[in-house]
Amino acid sequence: MIEARGLTKRYGDRLAVDGLTFTVRPGTVTGFLGPNGAGKSTTMRMILGLDRPTGGTVLVNGKPYHRHVAPLREVGALLEARSVHPGRSAFRHLLALAQTNGISRTRVDDVLEAVGLTGAARRRAGRFSLGMGQRLGIATALLGDPRTVILDEPLNGLDTEGIRWVRELLRGLAAEGRTVFVSSHLMNEMALTAEHLIVIGNGRLIADVGTAEFVRTRGRNVVRVRTVDPDTLAARLSGPGVEISFDGGETLTVSGSTTDRIGLAAGAAGITLLELTAQQASLEEAFIELTRDAVEYRANPAGVSS
Amino acid sequence: MTGNALPTRTGDQRVTRLRVIRSEWTKLRSLLSTIWCLAATVALLVGVGVAYASLRVARPPADPSAFDATAVSLAGVQLAQFAIGVLGVLFITGEYATGTIRVSLAAVPDRAVLLWGKAVTFGVAIAGLAVPAVVVTFYAGQAILSAEHLDTGIGAPGVLRAVLGSALFLIAVGLLGLGLGALLRNSAGGISALFGLLFAPQLVLGLLPESMSDAAYRYLPTPAGAAITAVHSDPVTLGPWTGFGLFCLYTAIVLGLAAWRLRHRDV
Repeated sequence: MIEARGLTKRYGDRLAVDGLTFTVRPGTVTGFLGPNGAGKSTTMRMILGLDRPTGGTVLVNGKPYHRHVAPLREVGALLEARSVHPGRSAFRHLLALAQTNGISRTRVDDVLEAVGLTGAARRRAGRFSLGMGQRLGIATALLGDPRTVILDEPLNGLDTEGIRWVRELLRGLAAEGRTVFVSSHLMNEMALTAEHLIVIGNGRLIADVGTAEFVRTRGRNVVRVRTVDPDTLAARLSGPGVEISFDGGETLTVSGSTTDRIGLAAGAAGITLLELTAQQASLEEAFIELTRDAVEYRANPAGVSS
Repeated sequence: MTGNALPTRTGDQRVTRLRVIRSEWTKLRSLLSTIWCLAATVALLVGVGVAYASLRVARPPADPSAFDATAVSLAGVQLAQFAIGVLGVLFITGEYATGTIRVSLAAVPDRAVLLWGKAVTFGVAIAGLAVPAVVVTFYAGQAILSAEHLDTGIGAPGVLRAVLGSALFLIAVGLLGLGLGALLRNSAGGISALFGLLFAPQLVLGLLPESMSDAAYRYLPTPAGAAITAVHSDPVTLGPWTGFGLFCLYTAIVLGLAAWRLRHRDV
């Protein structure tokens, strides 16, 4: 459980995090979403007590981070993939961390095996690929068998197989009743990974909502239609909630309708269709639009007051 | 492959000072560059002492009564102090340069404890190396000097203190480097500050009138700290223990500032 109340961080005259209030609950994967520079990493560093908030508080598992006597048991974090000395082996890196909290050597071997780094454990971490570095970071986060897991952009640098692996891992951790808080700047990525979303833009909370609801309300299903008679079909399809745009030539892009409805309407009117494709919801665009609004809102009134 | 497969933790998990030391010890000895640097320091210490003793045997002094056999065999301390000081700087700035410091402080949220653990570990490690190294270089040097009957014994007045004092001085310089590294969080800055503190005050003092510089010289870090490594007290410097005490005070001030900064600044 992570509870942020009015969390604020100011760097000089720039507000990196501006009065964030949210709760991350155990048992689900919560995505922390925002464009680059929105304040995600700063927020995560404040959760871990690495950065001191200018205002507000944040509790992890009921206490400020530094109050926990066995912090690795409470919170496991991946902050930057390369938080390892390049000259040290993965095993020694993890062992040194484990020793501070009285975590056994066998646990180190176990997490290395869990992330698939057993074979590379004695090699210098400086020789690791980006993906291996990311796996080592995840091993670091799992080291203390923590109740809360915080991962900053864990999917960066991973290939398709690696991304799928991380998704399964996160779901598994949440299913065990842990709190899982994962940041990303990519909407589509999070839509597939997280069940709940906390969206921020320019340090401010924009949305705190279930992923399914976010997709339903924000994402627009778009259908691409190619036909011999786009004008007539467009006239047939128009109605409340339906938006049609002409992409030039014989192609229409229709939102607010379905392939079924368009196909039936075309058939009823005797119009020949050349193509009828449901395109994945333009969630990414909806997200960019949403955060852009926040940026514009911030640029005018708040910019003057500081 | 998921967290499900992981066996649950066992044992008493909590951060203790002893555990922090154990962790820092793992960090210290798991870098090949550190091992090489330490080995080079010992080689330098003994090598320079032996070389200088051989040189003096080849050209015996005109007046043997003014000859300091201990100082000749410990000549390498002058160079070894820089190697150890630099290593002290890098022991902490390496964590800032690689981002490891964040992981370390997430594991040990009490920052003063982390710095304390680093200082104790580094101090003990240097002691473990420096004490045998100065003893070896002393006896090796005396064995060479004995060819011209220039040697002295460990039982002669002030000799044991000077030999072991050299090791103490090296430990203090190492901790000074660690403190400067923690204070400045940057390898180049920390090393520059270390050399600056050990060298620059004497140079600046040389520009002042002699009457003023003579009075101030004894309080500078290097002359004060090095007093403990000399058998015969120089009238210009402080007494061996007073001088070394002052050097330790400087080191403590730097470490104190570093701890304060570590506690109050974001990482």
